[in-house]
Amino acid sequence: MFQFVSRRLLLAIPVIFGILVVTFLLARLIPGDPCKSIIGEKATEEACEAFYEAKGLNEPIPVQFAVYMGDLAQGDFGDSIRFSRPVTQIMVERLPLTIELTMAALAIALIVGIPLGIISAMRHNSAVDVGTMAFANIGVSMPVFWLGLMMIWLFAFKLGLFPPSGRLTAGVVSIPYYVAWGWPVEEGTFWFTLNEFISNHYIFNSLITWDWAVLRDSVHHLVLPAVALSTIPMAIIARMTRSSLLDTMGRDYVRTARAKGARDRRVVVRHALRNALLPVVTIIGLQLGALLSGAVLTETVFGLAGAGTMLFEAITARDFPIITAFTVVIAVGYVVINLIVDVSYAYLDPRIRLE
Amino acid sequence: MTANGAVLDVRDLRTHFHTREGVVRAVDGVDFSVRPGEVLGLVGESGCGKSVTSLSIMGLVPKPGRVESGEIMFNGRDVLTMSKRQVQDLRGEHISMIFQQPTSALNPVARVGDQISEVYKIHRDLKKKVGKKSAIEMLERVGIPDPDRRAASHPHEFSGGMAQRVMIAMALALEPEILIADEPTTALDVTIQAQILDVMRELQRESGTAVILITHDLGVVAEMCDRVAVMYAGRIVEETDVATLFADPRHPYTRGLIGSVPVLGRITDELATIPGVVPNLMDVPAGCRFADRCEERVPAGLEICTSEEPDLFAVGDDHVARCWLYTEKISP
Amino acid sequence: MFKMKRAVEQAEESETDLLDKPTSLWRGAGRRLLRRKGGMVGVGIIGFMLLVALFAPLIAPYGPNDVLIGKEDVKKREPPCIHLLGCDPEKPQHIMGTDGNVRDEFSRVVYGSRVSLFVGFTTVAVALVVGSVLGAVSGFWGGATDNIIMRMMDVVLGFPALLLAIAIVAVLGPGIRNTLLAISIVSIPAYARVTRAGVLGIKELDYVAASQALGASKIRILWTRVMPNALTPLIVIATLGIATAILDAAAFGFLGLGAQPPTAEWGAMLASERNNILSAPHLLFFPGIAIMITVLGFNLFGDGLRDALDPSLNE
Repeated sequence: MFQFVSRRLLLAIPVIFGILVVTFLLARLIPGDPCKSIIGEKATEEACEAFYEAKGLNEPIPVQFAVYMGDLAQGDFGDSIRFSRPVTQIMVERLPLTIELTMAALAIALIVGIPLGIISAMRHNSAVDVGTMAFANIGVSMPVFWLGLMMIWLFAFKLGLFPPSGRLTAGVVSIPYYVAWGWPVEEGTFWFTLNEFISNHYIFNSLITWDWAVLRDSVHHLVLPAVALSTIPMAIIARMTRSSLLDTMGRDYVRTARAKGARDRRVVVRHALRNALLPVVTIIGLQLGALLSGAVLTETVFGLAGAGTMLFEAITARDFPIITAFTVVIAVGYVVINLIVDVSYAYLDPRIRLE
Repeated sequence: MTANGAVLDVRDLRTHFHTREGVVRAVDGVDFSVRPGEVLGLVGESGCGKSVTSLSIMGLVPKPGRVESGEIMFNGRDVLTMSKRQVQDLRGEHISMIFQQPTSALNPVARVGDQISEVYKIHRDLKKKVGKKSAIEMLERVGIPDPDRRAASHPHEFSGGMAQRVMIAMALALEPEILIADEPTTALDVTIQAQILDVMRELQRESGTAVILITHDLGVVAEMCDRVAVMYAGRIVEETDVATLFADPRHPYTRGLIGSVPVLGRITDELATIPGVVPNLMDVPAGCRFADRCEERVPAGLEICTSEEPDLFAVGDDHVARCWLYTEKISP
Repeated sequence: MFKMKRAVEQAEESETDLLDKPTSLWRGAGRRLLRRKGGMVGVGIIGFMLLVALFAPLIAPYGPNDVLIGKEDVKKREPPCIHLLGCDPEKPQHIMGTDGNVRDEFSRVVYGSRVSLFVGFTTVAVALVVGSVLGAVSGFWGGATDNIIMRMMDVVLGFPALLLAIAIVAVLGPGIRNTLLAISIVSIPAYARVTRAGVLGIKELDYVAASQALGASKIRILWTRVMPNALTPLIVIATLGIATAILDAAAFGFLGLGAQPPTAEWGAMLASERNNILSAPHLLFFPGIAIMITVLGFNLFGDGLRDALDPSLNE
């Protein structure tokens, strides 16, 4: 097991390095002038020269990369060209929303998708099965931003059940837990940044501080975007679960379980599902990638100030530090999560460990 | 025990598969009985219906198959009329089954010991620790070395022979009255085969379990069985004790089978075979199903073979054969 | 994207048991495909969309960029007016209404099919060709070449697909051509992996050696055994890939990175009318439905193909 994990880790390192290089290059290759984008079209030669000097953009590219790597190693992502603020700070503000949204969408996709898949498989070819699969097919074919818009129109405007955009209603403020509990945390330290990052997950924060108003409000705002975002992964998970379970039910060991006199429930849960859900686990890692991509679109549609919209704006404004930092974080996070998924799979499936 | 002392009595069992292309009459009127503690061999070539017969007894016939009619009497009750629950109660505790591919017959993600102790949990609701101990004891009984460690292992760590021993342990843990073994050694090495058969025989004798041994290998039959029933195209064509079967086979098919086994030391130019092919079970011919391949029909001048199917006629002491050769009713 | 990834994995697994697939694979597959209702509906939808795209000038009552101010008495963002359904016959008919620039929405939707289908087919074609060449080379040569190519594929796969595509388009600038390039690039790894798995599987096979021992020429083996098996997963992945590509293209349009105005593209049409969701929801409904139906067609067809070409995979 240890060998397996360490081997996977080693393999991940060149990939992560590749990601860093690619991201760095891509960011630098974006045509257009950060100076003009930020200072304005009318910026003079001298102003731009000074700008480049100040931001370190006059150094040769390999040097810039080395500087970049060095900074990264210290956890310093540099300052945003656009806002002249540390990128880390911007990340602390923006990333939590994306994380909450993605996690919520994944949870919904799993909680709804897997049981649907199971029911469809157990009632193979029945009306439930056909209906669910039809829905799944349609779900997988819908553009997430369109679904979001339609949902806003129906549930927010027509029915007035949910807010159409934003993260919290105006006037509702989330109080960080360390403030609510009176923890002394020094500003400017890494510890502070970490706590700030955690407290920006409003749902988690309001849960642990038992701030009912904020909890209710933030959940209320997250429902529509999370459901919209979850639709495609949900459909895929449902289909995957169904086909995997159908396949498993035909296996020899399920027949053995029956031959032992096991009741249907035991056969399905202890024997079939334990095996059928394994492929679904591998899918989860891939889904995260889709969720992250979809998050950009969902955040745009629902007016949520998350990492997705930030990244998109940065690309348009040629704000290199933000582009690089956010892309790296997302990509590395994706690699790490897939690594975790791989390891979990190995834990769950003893056959893999022998590799 | 049923009236005639048999532990299992199968009467006129018919199991058909309703496929898109037609109805496959895999088991088409099968009768046999199993006496307590005896090993009954069910012999025949691939596709003759022996596996489906055993699955019918267990109620495990896969779709689109269905038991159409017949009676399966166990301990005085007809299994085919029992509720699902009752059948599930029988399986594993009174009638057990082991299959051909032992490695794929075990749950890959569960520990072997847990899979064995599961039968205790299902039928006796035993506590986990007790079940675990009993499982290890069973592993020891079937001859698996280092049973404590093995019980904590997973199926993919077992060889074919070991896995089959595990299956036997699982099947015989509750000392059922009947064990159905569907080609248990076909997928195994010849040397392992002998070991497995030994284990089976030893345990069977100890617990007095009757065995229905399904196989196409006459060597296995000779070694293991007390009585033999020969199947062809969904019907039993001959049934008797093993010695008589080899010494005095009556049905032309049985004769062909035994005759086609090459004998060590005897030199021949050609290997003997039975000409022709098995009939299509979707389109069963009228009359005796073996008629078109029978080499004794013509010399005996029998014409009824192609028009009417024979019953099982008595041809000796506890010996029946489904052939027109053995009845006075022959009308030329 | 995941359906494709899942299909890739299934293909990689099944590549290794090519043993029992005779050439009658094609015939049996054809019959099975016809039987599958889902697949047939998919074919119907695709056929319909292709016809719409091809005959757009004949179907659309107006040009996609015809601004009607001054030519007709219509305002911007008018609701649909269908004479058959009771709209005042005096008013000009716009069955999907007019958009924010007083253009006929229906015509724009019809012409939009051209862009989407074009992007779908082209990106898949490019990715298929490049990917399969890379995969074949990688599998055939093995060794360092294989390693390098596969690591490169891993890096591409290390990014969430859409994000990487967005980044590429950001570098190259918005527009259809760059959208094509970006989507192709992120799709390449899937085809490469499947092709590589196919080539590897074939190299290993005992029966290839056996066939050769029996005198079959390499070409014959290639044609009767290798091709059907290697092509199958590629065809399925390509079809599902078209579905994904169309969705991605629409996403690009929505973000303003794809086809630039005034080109009628479904995603862009959604973006431009976003803020009028209350006053003109129909302008958001129709382009979106168009995307959905088209993508659904390819998904259904791809699924039907997969089931028909390898029934053991599903059911």
